[in-house]
Amino acid sequence: MTSLSKTVSSLWPEPLRLVLFLVGILSFVGLNAAYLVWVERKGAGRFQRRPGPTEVGWAGLLQPIADAVKLLSKQLIVPAGADTTLFRVAPLLMMSPALMSLAVIPFGPSLAARNINVGLLMIFAFGSINVMAIMLGGWSSRNKYAIISAARVVSQNVAYEIPMLLVVITMIMVTGTMNLNEIVLQQAGAFWHWNFFKVWVNPLMPVTFLIFYICMLAETNRAPFDMTEAESELVAGAYTEYAGMGFGVFFMAEYANILLGCALATVLFLGGWQSPIGILPGVFWFLVKMYFLIFSVVWIRWTFPRTQFYGLLNLSWEILIPVSLCTLILSSAMMKLLHA
Amino acid sequence: MSTNGLQPKIDSAQPASPPAAPAVPPKAALTTGQQSTVTSHQTPVTSDQSSVTSQQPTAPNPPSPVPSPQSPIPNPLAHLSLPFHGVDYAAKGYHVEATVAPDQVVLAAELLDKEGLSLDTITGVDWMAEGQMEVVYDYFHPAKALRVVVRTRIPRDKAEIATIQKVFPGANWHERETHDFFGIRFLGHPNLTPFLLPEDADYHPLRKDFAQ
Amino acid sequence: MIVKEQVRTEMSADGAPRETFVINIGPQHPATHGVLRVKMTMDGEYVVRAEPVCGYIHRMQEKMGENRTYAQFLPNTSRIDYLSAMTYTHAFVGAVERAAKLQVPPRAEYIRVITSELNRISSHLVWWGAFLLDLGGFTPLLYAFDDREKILDLLEGITGSRLTYSYYRIGGLCNDVDDTFIKGTRAFVAQMRPRLKMYRGLVTDNIILRKRLIDIGPISKEMCRKYGATGPVIRGSGIPYDVRRVEPYSVYPEFDFIIPTFQEGDSMSRYLVRMEEMAQSLRIIEQALDKLPAGPVMAEKVPRVLKLPAGDYCYAVEAARGRFAVRIVSDNKEIPYRVKLRTPSLSNLSLFEEASAGMLLPDALALMGSLDLVIPDIDR
Repeated sequence: MTSLSKTVSSLWPEPLRLVLFLVGILSFVGLNAAYLVWVERKGAGRFQRRPGPTEVGWAGLLQPIADAVKLLSKQLIVPAGADTTLFRVAPLLMMSPALMSLAVIPFGPSLAARNINVGLLMIFAFGSINVMAIMLGGWSSRNKYAIISAARVVSQNVAYEIPMLLVVITMIMVTGTMNLNEIVLQQAGAFWHWNFFKVWVNPLMPVTFLIFYICMLAETNRAPFDMTEAESELVAGAYTEYAGMGFGVFFMAEYANILLGCALATVLFLGGWQSPIGILPGVFWFLVKMYFLIFSVVWIRWTFPRTQFYGLLNLSWEILIPVSLCTLILSSAMMKLLHA
Repeated sequence: MSTNGLQPKIDSAQPASPPAAPAVPPKAALTTGQQSTVTSHQTPVTSDQSSVTSQQPTAPNPPSPVPSPQSPIPNPLAHLSLPFHGVDYAAKGYHVEATVAPDQVVLAAELLDKEGLSLDTITGVDWMAEGQMEVVYDYFHPAKALRVVVRTRIPRDKAEIATIQKVFPGANWHERETHDFFGIRFLGHPNLTPFLLPEDADYHPLRKDFAQ
Repeated sequence: MIVKEQVRTEMSADGAPRETFVINIGPQHPATHGVLRVKMTMDGEYVVRAEPVCGYIHRMQEKMGENRTYAQFLPNTSRIDYLSAMTYTHAFVGAVERAAKLQVPPRAEYIRVITSELNRISSHLVWWGAFLLDLGGFTPLLYAFDDREKILDLLEGITGSRLTYSYYRIGGLCNDVDDTFIKGTRAFVAQMRPRLKMYRGLVTDNIILRKRLIDIGPISKEMCRKYGATGPVIRGSGIPYDVRRVEPYSVYPEFDFIIPTFQEGDSMSRYLVRMEEMAQSLRIIEQALDKLPAGPVMAEKVPRVLKLPAGDYCYAVEAARGRFAVRIVSDNKEIPYRVKLRTPSLSNLSLFEEASAGMLLPDALALMGSLDLVIPDIDR
């Protein structure tokens, strides 16, 4: 795979390489968004002691295709009185940041679409857009449930962006760069070189990872932080008025965001495409780690009940932010001591 | 097994029906705090059934004596000003009954509230042949076996009676339902709109002359 | 966007104006257990006033009671609260037997107790799964239904139905139980106890659940008494009122069981009452199976055409939701003159308006779930 891309990049001009990556990322995200639904449903089934989808295709593997066909065949209804432009734009606004951010993630040793020096910053800049997308979707629907959900989304996401950014700042200090490729290259060697285990630089590194993981769950509105689409209270929250493929795009965008979050966690903490035993690094390891994290996200969803809204916000403001500030200060102190 | 607050339930639970003294109020079990100190959480009820039952003597069920016609039926509410009289529980299912005038129902409710009773239900019976509607108030005591029935009769064509909603807020819904079914107007009720019937219903189905 | 006229400015208690809007929970809603509409006036996330609107499944059971003979009305009783159908039939049949002075044979009484307690466990399992579903934990529902399937299979073997059993008859039962049922019930009791322990470890002790239920939705003893709340609602508020203990019926005095009561009066108390009740029901079933006497299951002389003497008769049972009472007014005909059904969910829901004022929306819904409502029980 690496030699192929090297050959391609040496023989053919840059625009073609970018187009190839574009198609690659789009198909990767599309396939994942579709088949993560399958993983979720099968996982949910097994956690609930039932088989999950089995009818359509072997082991239900064609179920996402069937769902996509169903959603495509439905009429796209825009409610009367809704703000049509914003209503139609909201799903797109949610999908595009995830797609764009995936351009800087290094999937393999030379499998990054763009090797940007401020890649990490770019991801977080784009990540804030999906808050706006849900808010616009909820507000433009002219539906009370949607508006309550939109209000909740804003407070929840703002509350959880802060500890996430504090944690990322800590990692930037530890690694010294915002270039994701460099971050992965720094973690070369066996698994104890991974950032997760670098406790001599940041003694609270596993806690840092945990905070990042929790914030990632909250940013993507996954259970137990799914107040925005709390089914039993607000029907479908901000997505109530969306029908057909509009809802389908929101759905896919949620999985694309989970994908992005887990990919970022893998790159920052678990060594990206580095192999845990020191030999044969490559995209395979990246995918294994990323899918392990995604499976844990699915597992948590079907295990825990939902927190209350103020419990959610209190968790962030009262616990996560102080702890992440502590890790930041602690890491800078340790780094000063190590260099001194 | 820790027994803080746990009394052997069976001894105090005599059946209330025989015309003896009113039953001893059952002692509250597990009255300690809920999360960690409740005995039922700590008792190994789930694992070893026999150890639990062996600690609590199972009292044999005393046969309920058939009340002889001469033995007096007790009246725990004899001290009240309204004409309460005792009733054979085994035959009827309630202990005390009173038939009062329509303007005394609020007084009855207040007296029974002071006695600590709770409102069971309010309903009506349409005695069309006699031209009267009977309004029946059922009360029960949450701690001892004491079921009280208060009845009153109102004329059928002018079926109005005062509401007891100020004494028992739970009467609100029961009175709305009785109004729905019988057309009895409860004077002073804040919201006498249809409760179970559709909002625009102007018929009263449980009246005996309700057309099919 | 909210149209201007829907937003009203009200004066709040401290004199400051606030804008409220009305939101409808139901009648079609994942959280309301049945067709219940709650008109909530909201101030942001706070509930200013929650007004339940009932009547969407009103079938006028009480009028049906005036059109049918006593035996013909019996199946109706199962449909009032379909989750706890056996106990409701018990109340009606008990009222008729009390009025007609019929002596039910002891074997029938014991079997009635066993089947009522099995029904109680299956009703509490449904409540548990649905309550957790409301709170966002999707998985316990499937575990609860797994256990419930075993109960339903046992009861299907003797009654022929899975949900609305018309198993009791006036004077006894319609048929006897066989060895399959007795062995199956013992096996069920043995396997249910560890399951309850697992549920405590997995769910009851979960910190998220505890944060959602502890100190949420307090209901005082006085409020319970004024509104006539019964069942786990009143037992979760500290009053140990259980019809099986206070007005004993059938052969309940023979059994040794605890009435779980908790003092706090919040949603967690009501939750724990029901979980403990399931364990106590298992104890009652075991004792009843041990003591099950031989004999007939039907009284000897039940008249074909049953006419009750004139007067009114009551009978109350402890259903899964609280105190269910039947009042029959008879005028010496074979059709009752009036059948009044006093259902627990109506009294339990009537305190929701007062109890939920000023709460946050998720907490109000947790309170409503902890009341364990079955809407056909309210509407009849």
